[in-house]
Formats: sequence, structure tokens, C-alpha cells
Amino acid sequence: MAFSIYDLTSFNQWVDKGLNSVMSPLWATITEMAIIGVVFLLFYAVVGLFLVYAERKICGFIQCRVGPNRVGPYGIFQTIADFIKLLMKELVPINKADKFLFNLAPFIIIIASMMALAAIPFAKGIHAIDFNIGIFYILAVSSMGVIGILLAGWSSNNKYSLIGAMRSGAQIVSYELSVGLSILTACIMFGSLQLSTIVESQADCWLIFRGHLPAFIAFLIYMIAATAETNRGPFDLAEAESELTAGFHTEYSGIKFAFFFLAEYMNMFLVASIAATIFWGGWMPLHIGHWTGFNMVMDFIPPAVWYLGKTAVIIWLMMWFKWTFPRLRIDQLLTLEWKYLLPINLLNILVMALVVLMGWHF
Amino acid sequence: MNNESLILFFIVAVVLVGGALVFSTFVPPSSTNPQKSETYECGIPTKGLSWLQFNVGYYLFAILFLVFDVETVFVFPWAVVMKDIGMVAFVEIVIFFFILILGLLYAWKKHALIWE
Repeated sequence: MAFSIYDLTSFNQWVDKGLNSVMSPLWATITEMAIIGVVFLLFYAVVGLFLVYAERKICGFIQCRVGPNRVGPYGIFQTIADFIKLLMKELVPINKADKFLFNLAPFIIIIASMMALAAIPFAKGIHAIDFNIGIFYILAVSSMGVIGILLAGWSSNNKYSLIGAMRSGAQIVSYELSVGLSILTACIMFGSLQLSTIVESQADCWLIFRGHLPAFIAFLIYMIAATAETNRGPFDLAEAESELTAGFHTEYSGIKFAFFFLAEYMNMFLVASIAATIFWGGWMPLHIGHWTGFNMVMDFIPPAVWYLGKTAVIIWLMMWFKWTFPRLRIDQLLTLEWKYLLPINLLNILVMALVVLMGWHF
Repeated sequence: MNNESLILFFIVAVVLVGGALVFSTFVPPSSTNPQKSETYECGIPTKGLSWLQFNVGYYLFAILFLVFDVETVFVFPWAVVMKDIGMVAFVEIVIFFFILILGLLYAWKKHALIWE
């Protein structure tokens, strides 16, 4: 295979062997873990900062403004400056809040998104943990975030927070069904839940082209449900600032607020990278049938670039949604999920199963 | 890496949040003011507690979610082995979904899906 020049599995093995020859196996494992921990921590922070910058810039351009442009060239250091400012802000204690739960909520939200990030395949060989139930694990862990949101709303002892958290709970819980079921539609095609297998089985053709109409419908449902699940875009009534000030994080200040903000953007990144992995082939280059020359050229683009590019396109789509659609009411939101997306999704699963059984796919 | 190293990511997240919280508690300048730690309610004094009863509608949707989420857990193993089993698996899932959709239609008929 041509993309083997970018295969990092051998590099990982080389590092592993080198470390094991220098020190005892226990210390080698600890060193590897420390390296991976630091790398993921940095990645998490950089992606968060970059996405906040990207959102402000894209929002600016959509509204015919320039966005942040003072700190650094094109304002690229704006979010770093914001981060330092938030870090240096006092944490205001709330008298009537439930102190323990109030402090626990940011932990839960960050833990949920960080643990889900562990199972994402970034490129061939860059994959922290390759579960055999990978995609199911990501769904399970990332849905833990809703507990953090409910805790934050309840423990603040604030009416805005409570209303925001309850809305958000109902919304996330409803749309999680559609996220799960549309991913399930894709899993019928793969016959596996392991993310590395899922990516490799799309070597010839990405799922969205391979699965005909059912795959495309599943992708559409996934995009709508994922936007709602991350509390974004037209579905952001959990923090509808015109009616609820800031929803569930009204009472949070300084760096605690920053963590809710960061978690929102990381969830968006996670959701986008799952969409890229399952429907657009993850780090697999674009291959078209028998166009050998074209395929060879595509193979020269490194897999990590493919992966990040696809994720960036999907994130951009979600930002576009946010700044162009008006916000829904809660009854419209729940009607959309329970009366439209869920029945369509159930039928779509059956159609997909039929397509797979009859061999109508590519 | 093996599956036990998942603990690593848990620790990294705890260190990230905990470290920043500890830093923010001790380093930034702080001033005490009794009004600052009041609950925010548009600037006027807060009326009563906020740990109130909430709309029962949320509860209904939580129950419906539970039904369908358990169903998703059942269908995931089916999705993995469907290709190998073949037509029998397809017929079985049609029956399974038929019963489920009956449940959804019942909730629909009873106006459980209408927000009030």
C-alpha cells in the first residue's frame, strides 16, 4: 500500500524498544504514559484555543465584521490572552450553592471529553487506545457530560441555571438516541465497532459514497443530532443568552467558566471527528475506483492531514449552522427529534440492513 | 497501549482541572464582599430557594429515552453480526422494531410527545 510511507506503527515500536532497552519495563511504561499524557494535554488545550479563535473569526466574517484582530497577526493570540485573563480571575464563591457538587461539575465535563478523545484514531499508528468496542465506548463516555451539566445547573441554586440544565438534559438525552442510532446504521455496514477496522474497511470508498442513500440519510441525521447534542447552533436553548443569561453556567466564574467553554468546543471536535471517522473514512485518503494515478497522488497527502482536514470541514459546517439558523423553541426541538428523526432513523436502519444483505452497496 | 491505560486519561483530565482550580484559588487577587457571593437574579435580591419542583414533561422524555436507549444497547450487537447471520437476523429485527414503533405510536397517541 502506498500510504505505508506515513505508517507510524513502526516508529511507535521503535520508541517502545528504545525505551525498554534503556530502562526496566515498569519505568519504560511509566515514561510512555507520561509522554502520551502530556501530548494529549497539549493537544486538548491547543484544539480548544484554536476552535474558540476559529469560531470568533468565522462568526465575524459571517456578520461582515473582522473578528479579533488586535492581539498578534490576525488576532491569533486573542484566545491565549483570554485564557490567561480567565486564569487570573478570582473564583467567586456562591453562598447558597452546594459547594461540593458545584466544584465537581467541571471535573465531570472535562473527564468525559478527555476520555472520549482517547479512542479517536488520528492517523495510522497514532491511536492511544484501540478498543474492540471503540465507537460504543465513545458514545458511552461522552454521554457522561450531561451529568456534569445537570449537576452544574442544580448545584448553583440559581433559577436560570436550573432551567438551562433541565432543558439541556431533555435535549441531550433525546438527541443522543439519534446519534447512537445513526452510528448504528453505519456499523451494520462495517460489521465491527473497532475504530481502526472501521477506518481500514473504507480504504476503497468512504461510507457516505459506499452506502448509497441510507448512509447519506444517516449522515444528515447524525449532523443534526450531533449539533443538538453539543448544545450548539440553532439548538442552544440551554444557554439562550437572551432569556437565561448563560444557562447552566450562569454562576461559574473565572477558570471554572472557562472549562465549560472548553468542554463545549472539545465536544464539538469529538463529534466532528466521529463523523469524519465513520462517514468520511477518517484518515483514509480519497480513492476513486480504478483511477490509479489519482489514488497515488492522494496517498501522498499524510493521513493526519486528511483526518484534520475532514474534521475541520465538519466543524466549519457546524459553525455555519450556528450563525445562520434562528434558535428553536423547546417544543419544536423535541418534536423534531421524537416525531421526525427517530422514526426516520428506525426505518433507515432496516433499509441499510436490506442494502447490506442484498449486496447493493459498492 | 492496553485498556488499563484509560486511567491515564482520567488522571490527565483531573490534573488539568484540579491544577487550574488550585492555581486560581491562590494566585489571583481576591476581595471579599457579601454582595458578590449572592445568587445572581438580574441584580435584585434573590427570592427564595431555587431547588424547586420542575416541569413533569422532562420526566416523561427521560422515561422514553430510557426505553429507546436500552433498545440501542440491544441492537448494537445485532449490527455487528448481522452480515454473518443473514436473512434471519433481518426478519427478527423487523419484528423487534415493529414492537418498538408500536410503543412510540402509543406514546404519540397519548400526547406524551407534545410539550405543554
